[in-house]
Amino acid sequence: MSVRRLDPNQPESFAFTAENVEWAKKQIAKYPEGKQASAIIPLLWRAQEQHDGWLPEPAIRYVAEMLGMDYIRALEVATFYTMFNLSPVGEHFVQLCGTTPCWLRGADELKEVCRKHIGPEGKVSADGKFSWMEVECLGACVNAPMVQINADFFEDLDASSFERVLNDLREGRDVKPGPQNERHASEPAGGLTSLTTVGEPQTGGSN
Amino acid sequence: MLEDKDRIFTNLYGFHDWRLEAAKKRGDWDGTAAIIAKGRDWILDEMKKSGLRGRGGAGFPTGLKWSFMPKESDGRPHYLVVNADESEPGTCKDRDIMRHDPQKLIEGCLIASFAMGAHACYIYVRGEFIREREQLQAAVDEAYEAGLLGPNAAGSGWDFDLYVHHGAGAYICGEETALLESLEGKKGMPRLKPPFPANVGLYGAPTTVNNVESIAVAPTILRRGADWFAGLGRPNNTGTKLFCISGHVNKPCNVEEEMGIPLRELLEKHAGGVRGGWDNLLAVIPGGSSVPLLPKSICDDVLMDFDSLKAVQSGLGTAAVIVMDKSTDVIKAIARLSAFYKHESCGQCTPCREGTGWMWRVMERLVAGEAEVEEIDMLLDVTKRVEGHTICALGDAAAWPVQGLIRHFRGTIEERIAAKRGGGAARAAE
Repeated sequence: MSVRRLDPNQPESFAFTAENVEWAKKQIAKYPEGKQASAIIPLLWRAQEQHDGWLPEPAIRYVAEMLGMDYIRALEVATFYTMFNLSPVGEHFVQLCGTTPCWLRGADELKEVCRKHIGPEGKVSADGKFSWMEVECLGACVNAPMVQINADFFEDLDASSFERVLNDLREGRDVKPGPQNERHASEPAGGLTSLTTVGEPQTGGSN
Repeated sequence: MLEDKDRIFTNLYGFHDWRLEAAKKRGDWDGTAAIIAKGRDWILDEMKKSGLRGRGGAGFPTGLKWSFMPKESDGRPHYLVVNADESEPGTCKDRDIMRHDPQKLIEGCLIASFAMGAHACYIYVRGEFIREREQLQAAVDEAYEAGLLGPNAAGSGWDFDLYVHHGAGAYICGEETALLESLEGKKGMPRLKPPFPANVGLYGAPTTVNNVESIAVAPTILRRGADWFAGLGRPNNTGTKLFCISGHVNKPCNVEEEMGIPLRELLEKHAGGVRGGWDNLLAVIPGGSSVPLLPKSICDDVLMDFDSLKAVQSGLGTAAVIVMDKSTDVIKAIARLSAFYKHESCGQCTPCREGTGWMWRVMERLVAGEAEVEEIDMLLDVTKRVEGHTICALGDAAAWPVQGLIRHFRGTIEERIAAKRGGGAARAAE
């Protein structure tokens, strides 16, 4: 298990924007009467998104109150689930998968790229643009090695394509998520071995 | 080899439009109301006859699982919960279903829920799958707009609501009772069983938890008939299966194949073969990180299904095939998995909380060769003290990869210890 603590530096207060309050009400309505605690993960997640990618203590308190939960129950959730960042992260938060399937295909090289271009693991870069950490399997193993940057997966990476993605992000250029080689998704590279007789590809799919 | 006409996931790779109209053209939502009109018993019977075994790892017969739900409500609601917390290292198949073929899952949710008397279903998507969740939610919204969900869903006479929920990074929430705890807004710590979820599940009500793939194949099975599905694969190991092939192959990929396909054929037909050729193979983890690895000698002719892999002391698990060629430091590969289980233990049971850390630390010393040979057996003993002594199977899952390593690569471990000491075989060879 991982032991996680709140950051020593906390803002004074937290409140959802009006838009997020409306959104939160809709989330809570997904669950039966009296079971509104079910919405805690989605609400904490939205709070983290609103607060530059990390979850401050006043936000945990705020969500607990909104859901009528004891504060300690909300704190338990915030510290148990590892996607809640309890300290500040970079504008582009890089989560690098280091579990065996990615390790077999070069995750260590990507770690070196992070150290070189961002800095030590867990530290926000001086310009505030980046931070990185190694995480456990992100579930894109046939497109290994890969990283998640904020909401997007960047797959089939090597050191040079990963450096290119980081540089583009640093310069504010658009980047294309997904495989960074010629692949479209999880198909074998260089020609299909199945699904060759199920009609011509249609346009309009976003993936 | 499976023919395309028998493949269920015809948009596995997302080359076609994922949206509702295109999905309908691929056959989704065809005659759903008529299937439901055949009644609960018919659906349960067909699912049992199809031989479908759960695709989330344990391989429990799906139809039988559905039949454990109470026939009549005692006043409590019934729930279907779909486990989309796909986190088993090596596994990335449910991701493709959610982003490329979501209507198969949504239609399956309606049919399965009807068969279990559930008017509501939650799909619990792992937190990291943010884009997949957005896509799935968009597909659910489309289905609502088209009247396929909601009151009188798909004209079936059954009122049905489907909600997309998500986690926030915790492998343990793939364990069904931990998932229910998480869905209730708590830490994801597994519950003691009994009571089983079919009696006391979500919010204390009868609940069935199924894997995404198990639910998504159900509509096609019911449309084409149990006999069609049961005619594929081998007895007790029927149907088609999504395989995820990662690691040291030339062309890693996901692919839908027939159950029981020989491992070698699977790798050579679809994944471009082992890097450097078949003889360069060292070992394969055939079913996700939790199952023991297999050395090449077993890989040569083993079949990819539940019973064949069990017979060689491993398992089909999630059918995530992790391939390692001879360049691999196999001790390090398994040590990395030990680090994974240490990180993901929820800490509730002492043997797992302490044992996963213990196993990881010894494994790290074995990687460096800084150990006594006697410690190999001590490590094996520790795995046995964790295995079977915890509330959920995470303890077992942490023990098995280490056991597999010692079973098949004890010599490699001993050599490394000897080499570190500069004695034994290494010195003799100089």
